[in-house]
Amino acid sequence: MSVMKRLKLIFSAKANKALDRAEDPRETLDYSYTKQLEMLQKVRRGVADVATSRKRLELQVQQLQQQSDKLEGQSRQALAAGREDLAREALTRRSAVQQQQTDLAAQHAALQAEEEKLTLASQRLQAKVDAFRTRKETIKATYTAAEAQAKIGEAFSGISEEMGDVGLAVQRAEDKTQAMQARAGAIDELLASGALDDVSGSAKDDITAELERMSSQGDVELELARLKGELGAGKAPEAIEASAPSAAASTPAGTETSAAAEPAAAPASEGEQK
Amino acid sequence: MIVRILSEGQYAVDDAHAALLNGLDSGLERAVEAGDEAGFRSALAEMLAQVRTVGERLPDDSLEPSDAVVPDEASSLEEVRAMLADNSEGLIPG
Repeated sequence: MSVMKRLKLIFSAKANKALDRAEDPRETLDYSYTKQLEMLQKVRRGVADVATSRKRLELQVQQLQQQSDKLEGQSRQALAAGREDLAREALTRRSAVQQQQTDLAAQHAALQAEEEKLTLASQRLQAKVDAFRTRKETIKATYTAAEAQAKIGEAFSGISEEMGDVGLAVQRAEDKTQAMQARAGAIDELLASGALDDVSGSAKDDITAELERMSSQGDVELELARLKGELGAGKAPEAIEASAPSAAASTPAGTETSAAAEPAAAPASEGEQK
Repeated sequence: MIVRILSEGQYAVDDAHAALLNGLDSGLERAVEAGDEAGFRSALAEMLAQVRTVGERLPDDSLEPSDAVVPDEASSLEEVRAMLADNSEGLIPG
């Protein structure tokens, strides 16, 4: 049998089953209506879940962008300092970050499409549920149980088919959201572990550390050169005078040592007081 | 006849186009049975394009059941097979 007819039968099978079970078909109307309201809630939750996932992705895309910018800055800095090896390392990492960005952008587009689809599905279902409620009240008020059967059948299969369709869409969205969350979690971990470096800046990555080391080393060299320059310029007396306060400074250092010993004794005396 | 495109909605298609849709449906069926992913993609795409072209959208508040159900573009061959194998207890809720 054809694909589209078989699918149609699968979708209507449940509706028929529910109708067959009920002694008074009118009862199935109220029961179905309750189910419809539940499904509406479910779709709306689905939309909210997808939106949450989408926002999380957006945040990660931003973080990765910051990371990429930072690595680019580092590579410039390293190159300016003549460290091509370090610049190469920063650019290699940047390319890995960019790969992640591309992946995330594709996922973001997929999630956005899913969100739009679910939003439309929820609007369609809402319209059908409203129509069903009206039809249900009319049927209950107008027909006896025997007469109602045929009238109910049609409205019931129509909405039941919609429920099946929406249910599938929600399921699909949930699967996608879950897969996405696992992925987002992995990226969060990468960012936190420093493999991609935490852009919140709490921990220093090794490239930053190396650049800072180079720059502080550079500062020391500069300072040394300046001092040497001063000495060479015949400012020796000044330097000797300057050594005097430094000798005096050794005395307060000695007092500090004895002062430091005092608090160590304090807990012992506290113990005696107790 | 009324055709539902999954996660999209229902279309009223004039019976004059039924033969055309049935022909496309046969192609779809062959592809599904053969597990031919490329054939499935193109047959499905053509079917969806036809339904959207010749069909007229039913209003959202219509409660009419469909005569035929067609998967949407996002459905994979795997998914459609799973749906067809469904015994009305598993995959499709409601």
